[in-house]
Amino acid sequence: MNGWITTLGERFLNFIRYAGGVSVLFVRTIFWVFVPPLKRRQILDQMVKIGVDSLPIVFLTSLFTGMVLALQSAYQMQKMEAKLYIASLVALSITRELGPVLTALVVAGRIGASIAAELGTMKVTEQIDALETLATNPIKYLVVPRFIALFFMLPLLTIYADIVGIFGGYMIGVWRLNILSNLYWDMTWNPLHIKDIVTGIIKAFAFGVIICIVACYEGMRVEGGAEGVGAATTKAVVIAFILIIAADCLFTALFYFGFAF
Amino acid sequence: MIELINVSKSFEDHMVLDNMNLTIRDGETIVIIGRSGIGKSVTLKHIIGLMKPDSGQVIVDGLDITRLDAKGLNELRLKFGMLFQGAALFDSLNVRDNVAFNLIEHTKMDDKAIDKRVAECLELVGLRGIEYLSPAELSGGMRKRVGLARAICMNPKIILYDEPTTGVDPIMADAVNDLIKDLQSKLKTTAVAVTHDMTSAYKIADRIAMLYKGKIVEIGTPDEIKNTKNPVVKQFITGAATGPITEDS
Repeated sequence: MNGWITTLGERFLNFIRYAGGVSVLFVRTIFWVFVPPLKRRQILDQMVKIGVDSLPIVFLTSLFTGMVLALQSAYQMQKMEAKLYIASLVALSITRELGPVLTALVVAGRIGASIAAELGTMKVTEQIDALETLATNPIKYLVVPRFIALFFMLPLLTIYADIVGIFGGYMIGVWRLNILSNLYWDMTWNPLHIKDIVTGIIKAFAFGVIICIVACYEGMRVEGGAEGVGAATTKAVVIAFILIIAADCLFTALFYFGFAF
Repeated sequence: MIELINVSKSFEDHMVLDNMNLTIRDGETIVIIGRSGIGKSVTLKHIIGLMKPDSGQVIVDGLDITRLDAKGLNELRLKFGMLFQGAALFDSLNVRDNVAFNLIEHTKMDDKAIDKRVAECLELVGLRGIEYLSPAELSGGMRKRVGLARAICMNPKIILYDEPTTGVDPIMADAVNDLIKDLQSKLKTTAVAVTHDMTSAYKIADRIAMLYKGKIVEIGTPDEIKNTKNPVVKQFITGAATGPITEDS
């Protein structure tokens, strides 16, 4: 019994320590964002790496999601003679949920892992210590450019995912289920409110922050060589996934139910 | 002058530095020797403020660096150059940007002047025309030299060497030793090196200090260390498998 309580206590303390560490890194990052000068070249490099280089994978994920969503809903809707509503269902599901969440998960897997591995390798090869000895703050030099790039690129990728996902639904709706093209577009735009798109984008800003801070935190506290880097990379992706889903739940409750479940 | 006064540092239950005292005079090259994991690199990291002692003071040029804020510490660090064990070159930057890192970050020098200074520093460490190679394209010895070029780029007052000859072949190790000696005579800096390579220690040191059980147990010129009566130092410098060090561990 004693051992069980001790383990539980240790885990709780570790959780508090972790949450504290992540929060401190977040606050320090925000502080350094506003301390000039900004590393424009590095921010641009990161934007290309995070945004432009993610376009193909986000394209494929969103396109197939839109197509699958249309196919799955067609199965039920056709029975009810309501296949026209597939367009609305796809548009709302993609803009409110699947666009921001799937894009964030893809970017967390691709970029979160890369950030944690890169910073982790820098930590074990003493490059982060070297930065400090060269009178350069590692948060300013390493975290801030990634933070700014993720903060702005994830919402842009989400808008791109929304468009591609809706187009995926259109391909199935019009070319496979023979819905008239103009009717499909009408049924896409009519139920769609600006709020649906904006809430998705707001979520994307938050997901960008989560991916960056978790990955940088994991990377910068790596210990134990290559094994440590591998463990940190896995942990960064898993924790970012969990936090993204949890934050999505919170935001959905906030935006659409005002927390009144 | 650098002074470590009653410096103690523990990691969890393991005490690495135990009321350690050491004074490093301006312009001298001091080599700290001792077994692996004894706290040599930890000592260097205290001198440059990468680690804070649990107790004690680290005084550099009259300033207690344990009391400096981040800004003060960074200003002080500009007086230092440090060569890391694995050189710690930034993988994402080419040789030129690695060597010029401090110039780019902390000065308003134009590109032309930076290029000139980089070429000078590379020349000092015996390298030429490798500015646009990436660190991955360099051999171990070249990485150390580039690391050294980066360390001297801002004309530091103090240079710290963490295991300068580890990981390079004996011929390259001797070349690195020559380079350190040469730089010391040209730049007249204070230098602190940590190593367990006695050939290197004898070659570059003005004084050698032996770190054992968290304290400096002996300090003297290379000749004094060679003729020491201290059994701990004697076992270490002769590399004997039996003696007080191995009996204690």
